[in-house]
Amino acid sequence: MSAKILSKSRGFYDVYERRPGSDQETTHYCPGCGHGILHKMIAEALIDYGVSDNSIIISPVGCSVFAYYYFAAGNFQAAHGRAPAVATGVKRALPESIVISYQGDGDLAAIGGNEILHAANRGESISVFFVNNAIYGMTGGQMAPTTLIGQKTTTTPYGRTVANEGYPIRMTELISQLEAPVYVERTMMADTKSINTTRKAVRKAIKNQVEKKGFSFVEVLSTCPTGWKMTAPQSEEWVKTTMTKQFPLGVYKDISGDAEPLDLTKNQLPAERIPKAISLPLGDKEKLVYQIPKTVNEEIKISGFGGQGVLSLGVWLSEFGMREDLNVSWIPSYGPEMRGGTAHCHVKLSNRPIGSPLVAQPTVLVATNRPSLEKFEQEVVEGGKIFWDNSLIDISPSRSDIVSFPVPATEIANQLGNTKAANVVMLGVITAVSDFLDENIVRRTLPEIFKKKHLLDLNMQAFNKGLEFAASLKQMT
Amino acid sequence: MERQLIKGNEAIVKGAILAGCRGYFGYPITPASEIAQAAALYMPLVGGTFLQAESEIAAINMVYGASGTGQRVMTASSSPGISLKQEGISYIAGAELPCVIVDVMRGGPGLGNIAPEQGDYHQIVKGGGHGNYKNIVLAPNSAQEMCDLTMLAFELSDKYRNPAVVLADGFIGQMMEPVVFPDPIDELPEKKWAIKGVPEDKDNLISSIELDPDDLERHNRKLQQKYEIIRKNEIRFQEYETEDAEFILVAFGIVSRLVQSAVDTLREDGVKVGMLRPITLMPFPTPVLEKLAADERVKFFSVFELNNGQMVDDVRLAVNGSKPVKFYGRMGGNVPTIQEIVDQVKKQMREI
Ligand SMILES: Cc1ncc(C[n+]2csc(CCOP(=O)(O)OP(=O)(O)O)c2C)c(N)n1
Ligand code: SF4
Repeated sequence: MSAKILSKSRGFYDVYERRPGSDQETTHYCPGCGHGILHKMIAEALIDYGVSDNSIIISPVGCSVFAYYYFAAGNFQAAHGRAPAVATGVKRALPESIVISYQGDGDLAAIGGNEILHAANRGESISVFFVNNAIYGMTGGQMAPTTLIGQKTTTTPYGRTVANEGYPIRMTELISQLEAPVYVERTMMADTKSINTTRKAVRKAIKNQVEKKGFSFVEVLSTCPTGWKMTAPQSEEWVKTTMTKQFPLGVYKDISGDAEPLDLTKNQLPAERIPKAISLPLGDKEKLVYQIPKTVNEEIKISGFGGQGVLSLGVWLSEFGMREDLNVSWIPSYGPEMRGGTAHCHVKLSNRPIGSPLVAQPTVLVATNRPSLEKFEQEVVEGGKIFWDNSLIDISPSRSDIVSFPVPATEIANQLGNTKAANVVMLGVITAVSDFLDENIVRRTLPEIFKKKHLLDLNMQAFNKGLEFAASLKQMT
Repeated sequence: MERQLIKGNEAIVKGAILAGCRGYFGYPITPASEIAQAAALYMPLVGGTFLQAESEIAAINMVYGASGTGQRVMTASSSPGISLKQEGISYIAGAELPCVIVDVMRGGPGLGNIAPEQGDYHQIVKGGGHGNYKNIVLAPNSAQEMCDLTMLAFELSDKYRNPAVVLADGFIGQMMEPVVFPDPIDELPEKKWAIKGVPEDKDNLISSIELDPDDLERHNRKLQQKYEIIRKNEIRFQEYETEDAEFILVAFGIVSRLVQSAVDTLREDGVKVGMLRPITLMPFPTPVLEKLAADERVKFFSVFELNNGQMVDDVRLAVNGSKPVKFYGRMGGNVPTIQEIVDQVKKQMREI
């Protein structure tokens, strides 16, 4: 490779001040190494497209970890294999900048396999340069996922075998199979001609990003004379004659010509419009004044099958309590239990600050299936209330020191045409017989809970039926 | 402002957006998923980014990238996911990038379960990733604090250029309580060190590599000095009924709510007991404990946690042998009842 190619690019620093030691004129790469040449091509292309000032280079872990010594651009140094994720974060924050992920074969094809595949699959608008030198240069010549079969490295001292290490991985072929990438090419750096091809590929990958075309990927078969224990000319010959057999050169995908420019702009919402956007209460609601008649200290457990609306009933009670200016807390039994099995929640309403949100001794138990009644009946405090759906539960509470409210909530809801409203029937009964809930507050809050008119109508009816049923209960007793 | 009944996990996202956070990168996991879901809902509406990453590893590295541009960004997960993020957190601390990480802890080790635990104290407060770094750690105990401490986490994290972790648990994440949200912050601190892709900051470098041992030692010393300043300035805690207390119960997060109820019960029985709740776990309220330990009146400290005894190490260090330090922990997602805590304290009183 000619000395001319190695002359400095304007995209490089004049003096490599970040490079420790006395030599701040030359790169840290070994003689005959491909990295330096590729760096220079990238820097040139950034200058030529006029984007050098807006470019951000992500250096990997590997021999090119120090790429930031050279590039006169914004530089990030990333963890091993994670450059595409770092590039994603940068590009999402700065859609107008040119973001480059520069990676070796250990970095990209081994430890970072997941990050590169998914950045490519999302079609991140970045340019990736993948230096495949079939070895881990930095750590002392160990096997890479791209090491050839039979190739000796410090961790394949007898040569790589298919039986033990499998086949060399072809990243370009893999990436080109994905839908999102717009441009995927494999080139090499072995002689003047192939260097020129690589230069063109580098320029195209950067031009694509300048034009907001999407994800571009260039794999470059590159020399590592040190790791391969060869001279520079031998290395070039090996790339040309041996590596290309496993890694055929060429353009594997190019749809950049047809690709429409991506719209990456994000419109920052002014601060004053944020509360509305994130659904905060805007303080414009008519304030409901409600005086709670006495000290409230309710501990409520609501339990039933998932899908019976027991969690929602708990949330509503908390919502009403909050509107009565009480302290409230709601906590669900969460997780797999919510999927089809039983579900329960704990609700506390109090005019004192709430310590533990958990209800160990409920003052109110709402049970909508038999296992719930059996499980929690004994926990209820003396004199506590048990509301239970006797259209579904075929036993009665066994205790005589509690107040029992058998409510055929599901049956009543069914008569209204939808068993899902059973929890609102129950709400009606609870409202009627408890002094911690104000009927007006419930009535005025229900339209906020059921925003669709037909649902509101149904549930208002269910609520009224609940109140009526409670009145009939009172008459009975 | 009006109160809103809201889940702790969702309050985090609203607080974050009010604090100016415009980037969320995460991977779903119970019991933290509502954070990702709320971010997915709201970030696009305010001009921010929500991205479901391919893994927690990718997510924290996206945070690294986005934070380096000066944006306020965050990620959230639960214990197993946090373990995966540790490499990235170490890089973020090393590169001195600000960001907020939320850990809604669940039962471990391994896949464990999704019930609440506090078993991540060590991996979050003591480090977790490699190297001589510290996170700023805030431990909320209510939905309100999920919002407030997330906002504070952004502030402290920018102020000190250091990752800040909101260490919550499954209960606080899932719990709904009324929250009062403050006004949005409309001016963020200037970040001269950031890389914004403009000529002025071209020479900036985001990196954690220092090849030369002297340089790396200097960098490490600088970090330690920073942690000292944080320890001096940022300790936050809550004392409950400690003025005349002979027995000091120590608890953080959800457990402090249980212990507070237990204190009420014990006081009704005439036991002079109080609670110290660290709100910042790093910086740990060591001076407050030292002061209490020096007080003749105080007979012992008793630490309650949902783990095998992790914060108790820091209490022991602070008390430094001058008073007994007792410990009671539950694990696996089990939570002590108030009565259980009361009984423990009474038993411990008999032991001394
Ligand atoms: C998590 C982690 N594992 C391992 C390493 C050690 N390491 C540094 S560079 C490298 C391989 C680099 O090889 P490659 O990506 O091919 O780049 P090259 O040096 O050949 O340019 C390894 C394994 C590390 N820094 N971090
Ligand atoms: S070890 Fe190989 S890859 Fe690394 S600088 Fe030397 S020649 Fe280049």
